[in-house]
Amino acid sequence: MSTTKKLAVTAVAAAIGATALAGCGSSDDSGSGSGGTKGSGSKTVTLVSHDSFNASKGVLKEFTRETGYTVKVLKSGDAGAALNQEILTKGSPRGDVFFGVDNTLLSRALDNGLFTPYAAKGLGQVASDVQLDAAKHRVTPVDTGDICVNYDKKYFADKKLAPPKSFDDLAKPAYKNLLVTENAATSSPGLGFLLGSIATYGQDGYQDYWKKLKDNGVKVVDGWEQAYNEAFSGSAGGKKAKADRPLVVSYASSPPVEVLYADPQPKTAPTGVATATCFRQIEFAGLLDGAKNEAGGKALLDFLISKKFQEDMPLNMFVSPVTKGAKVPELFTRFGTTADKPATVAPDTIAKNREQWVQSWSSLVVK
Amino acid sequence: MAVPVAFFAVFFAYPVVAIVGRGLKDGGVWQFGRIGEVLSRPDIREVLWFTLWQALASTALTLLIALPGAYVFARFDFPGKQLLRAVVTVPFVLPTVVVGTAFLALLGRGGFLDDLWGVRLDTTVWAILLAHVFFNYAVVVRTVGGLWSQLDPRQEEAARVLGAGRFAAWRRVTLPALAPAVAAAALMVFLFTFTSFGVVQILGGPGFSTLEVEIYRQTAQLLALPTAAVLTLVQFAAVGAILAVHAWTVRRRETALKLVDPAQTARRPRGAGQWALLTGVLLTVLVLILLPLAILVERSLDLPGGHGLGYYRALGSAAANSGTFLVAPIEAIWNSLRYALVATAIALVVGGLAAAALTRRAGRLVRGFDALLMLPLGVSAVTVGFGFLITLDKPPLDLRTSWILVPLAQALVGVPFVVRTMLPVLRAVDGRLREAAAVLGASPLRAWREVDLPLVRRALLVAAGFAFAVSLGEFGATVFIARPDNPTLPVAVARLLGRSGDLNYGQAMALSTILMLVCAVSLLLLERIRTDRSGEF
Repeated sequence: MSTTKKLAVTAVAAAIGATALAGCGSSDDSGSGSGGTKGSGSKTVTLVSHDSFNASKGVLKEFTRETGYTVKVLKSGDAGAALNQEILTKGSPRGDVFFGVDNTLLSRALDNGLFTPYAAKGLGQVASDVQLDAAKHRVTPVDTGDICVNYDKKYFADKKLAPPKSFDDLAKPAYKNLLVTENAATSSPGLGFLLGSIATYGQDGYQDYWKKLKDNGVKVVDGWEQAYNEAFSGSAGGKKAKADRPLVVSYASSPPVEVLYADPQPKTAPTGVATATCFRQIEFAGLLDGAKNEAGGKALLDFLISKKFQEDMPLNMFVSPVTKGAKVPELFTRFGTTADKPATVAPDTIAKNREQWVQSWSSLVVK
Repeated sequence: MAVPVAFFAVFFAYPVVAIVGRGLKDGGVWQFGRIGEVLSRPDIREVLWFTLWQALASTALTLLIALPGAYVFARFDFPGKQLLRAVVTVPFVLPTVVVGTAFLALLGRGGFLDDLWGVRLDTTVWAILLAHVFFNYAVVVRTVGGLWSQLDPRQEEAARVLGAGRFAAWRRVTLPALAPAVAAAALMVFLFTFTSFGVVQILGGPGFSTLEVEIYRQTAQLLALPTAAVLTLVQFAAVGAILAVHAWTVRRRETALKLVDPAQTARRPRGAGQWALLTGVLLTVLVLILLPLAILVERSLDLPGGHGLGYYRALGSAAANSGTFLVAPIEAIWNSLRYALVATAIALVVGGLAAAALTRRAGRLVRGFDALLMLPLGVSAVTVGFGFLITLDKPPLDLRTSWILVPLAQALVGVPFVVRTMLPVLRAVDGRLREAAAVLGASPLRAWREVDLPLVRRALLVAAGFAFAVSLGEFGATVFIARPDNPTLPVAVARLLGRSGDLNYGQAMALSTILMLVCAVSLLLLERIRTDRSGEF
């Protein structure tokens, strides 16, 4: 047994050493990362969100200055996975506030009783059409974003072809084999686009529409990254990958992002948006049932719809503010587009039919 | 034995049983009828069938391509061998999103094959199979080659002197000695390809789905826990069956082997046949592994106005990434190394203890434990991750928001590697050597130090290398818990790829290149440690 013992001793020593090392490091990081000056334990409020959550350091510091609470952010996978984890840990949540449930998943969150009602301060300034839970205030709307077909400007200029504008256009022979979209079963822009088509053609007509799209050569890939970076010819990655699809399902804010993250910044965005193909996503935040720091969580919800946070959001998460009077950065107004009449479907209807819609879409388009 | 058992009970069995139970219990009563319901669905059957046959095909193809490589790396000396051995391990740590990009460039439209012969393999099963070879080449080269290089070639020579033909000598002498390592490697490749996730999603497109992809979809997207639980059980059963077969083949073949210093067995190739073999292997490595990696490096340097280091410079500043990161992405390197180091240490402790216990004891219970140790490779990260959430939620074990959860989850996947690489070597140590040492008056500790340690040191380092590489590249578990100010390299790459824009894409490629370098350098360092001490032999 000496082998075992000796191994144990060396290895345990190594583990303790390494653990201590890592422990030091990470406690350093949490100190600097939280950015607070008086970050004692009880003064921390934890925000659970999906991977796409981003806020600038400055705005989180501002919250600490105003309220004394330090924000700790926990990201946990994509939007669907993050929400499902909250549902599983209901009653014993990992944090105080959850941010990132959208209108396509809202009913699942509400039916599971995930949130403690709280009417955030400043709600009066929030546009009423996004307040989908106005009667009970279990969730607070924070931002909106439009899922739309983007097009590669250069491709259509070279071909002297007008880019498509609407759902109908996409099924026309002129645009054969040009569109790439995401799997509606695994990707939220993919689902959004499917819901947009359902809003446009109705529950009876959407299958016919997708049959036409399929005949017109629509390509389906699993996630946004592949669609946008590898198949779409208008994106930076797509150009390098010699991608061949000049139409992609993405966001209305993608063109401004192409401008922001280019060096040098071009005068016009390389991509455009087909404005009549948009589906509106609304993202909500809520106070988690069983939150340890309820007061802090309420303060954070107030802050999320404050002008400071709302104006910080667009360039961090590339979504639009919901609070009236919050300034949208020039980059958005100059290079971006907002849909005049975005498609919407009521959360209850989505909740009731999502499974079945996605299932029949899968067997129709993917298989 | 107690340490690994406790570790697995708390961090694996308990969470997994809890989440499966959540899916299969209704009001405290097990609903086993759900198993039949789910399994009779045609879409699920299709998934099962595809999972099985693509894994078998991938394993066969990987063995076919990588076994000659294992031989060449074990028996031949050539310049740059150490470097190349480190490089072939690099794919192992790369995020699948990144590899998908490289493979599409190679196999997709306008890719290498398309340009030369007009062949396109994207969204075919061939892309999946080739990517699986790319990922698992190192598994075969390292596990089989590691043992092969320590087999005494004089035994085979002796057989030939006694009149056996070249092939007969190899079949009678070398093959039986090698069989457990080949079986172990094949088993690992099978497990990895059976549970393939990212490769299938990205290269196969939504038309292909493995069990693992389906479990992820059912759990993370649909929260259909009953279906997920049934699929998890099916995966369990499949993995269990493979392990049983494996255990049976190993028991029949196991013998104490005479192990020698690898430095003595490798020599320069002689004759046209050996040179041709070496060239063939090097060409395969070049096309299958180096080329995809080179494409990533090229893209990381491909700035809008020509080639340069602009994307690397951008990685150093948090300002250029204000929207994506709180800290400069470059800091992810340090985070990754720290997590991987802790995970490797845990994996070595748990895996080393388990391997030692398994060598010394026999019996059904121990063999069962052996199988249990392999199960983490066959259970999806999302099952374990969601299991953690609902079990480790009360003090003193409320680890759900603790950084330690990352290395713990990574170690869980590292342990099977440690056990599998250590076991053949530990079992091959001739007990009589130990007895001889004892007879000569050595204390058990001394006997262990003088006999076992020198023989297992190499295996230990190979195991550490694997555990480290796995931890460095781990994404599934890390993404659930890594904090925004503490991203690991793969998490940072994924976040950059999740954004449009030239700068983000370029930085993702640059960061992937850095991940490759970090991995290659770490593995080279590990091999150096061995060289420095080989004088003790």
